[in-house]
Amino acid sequence: MREDSASIGKSIVIKGEVSGSENLTIEGQVEGKIELRDHILTVGSTGHVQAHVAAKSIIVLGQVRGNLTASEKVDIREKGSVEGDIVAPRVAIADGAEFRGSVDMRRKEPAAGSEWPVDVRTEARTPASANGEPVSV
Amino acid sequence: MSAGLPGDLVTSRVLATFLSVVSSRPAAEVVDLGPALGANIAFLGERIGCKIHVEDLYAELDRHAQQGTLDRFTELLAERFAGFDERIDAILCWDVFDYLAPAAAGVLAGRLVQALRPGGALLAFFGAGTLGERRYTRYVIEDESHFRCRVSNAACGRQQVLQNRDILRLFTGLDLFDSLLLKSGVREVLFRKPDPQ
Repeated sequence: MREDSASIGKSIVIKGEVSGSENLTIEGQVEGKIELRDHILTVGSTGHVQAHVAAKSIIVLGQVRGNLTASEKVDIREKGSVEGDIVAPRVAIADGAEFRGSVDMRRKEPAAGSEWPVDVRTEARTPASANGEPVSV
Repeated sequence: MSAGLPGDLVTSRVLATFLSVVSSRPAAEVVDLGPALGANIAFLGERIGCKIHVEDLYAELDRHAQQGTLDRFTELLAERFAGFDERIDAILCWDVFDYLAPAAAGVLAGRLVQALRPGGALLAFFGAGTLGERRYTRYVIEDESHFRCRVSNAACGRQQVLQNRDILRLFTGLDLFDSLLLKSGVREVLFRKPDPQ
């Protein structure tokens, strides 16, 4: 069965909070915060993200500036670029990808009442601007 | 170990000691001065279980060389790693010091010594190539005592070939733990920061 998924197109610019309960592909620009706790975020090759991101898995083919937290995996593909700190049990960085920041794959105790490690709420090294209203996907 | 041809598997005599220092420290944090290589991130993160800070100085050297601003690199280094003071358990320098002018090498070494926790370890290679050579060697960790070498083009050539006494002087404040001159001419050096306890 095909899982529901949504996409943000090349010409779309979102400033604010994006959250949802389906997979999401970003080909446009998002600034602020992205939460897809049980789903996969894909930043496509034309995608530009400047945000804190929390998702089950995060796949980067475009550009991301901000901290990434995944409960399963962060995957930076060839030509993908990430500047920020990554917390995830598995991290893959392909040849040709760019990364600057830290990687923490150590198992952490989840916060009380959550399956997420406490670090989800750590501050980005470069805070993203998040002025707009929340946007649900 | 030699700088190696692409794909060369080379033996390191000090990597195992370096990794054992990292493994022995709780919630260890490692600074990698090379590029983010997926294999190294996976090895250090999954097998050794440490947090890795990627601070790719080779990329910065390239950028400054291409922009003609290498003279500013020394002053920029003086401001680097400010948030790491005595927070870092181990540092992988690879052979970056071969590519630095003496002034920049001195500044960087001072910053790294300051970043290390007491008892922390620093691994570096020296003399892995010839002066002026415009290529970088990427050291991919295969296991506890082997690297696979890959080469890539560099905008900045090798600046200096440091002798043993120069290396010791550079890292004043650290204790020499192990130093091996290999047949290839490469010197593998492992320093530890003195721990008063």
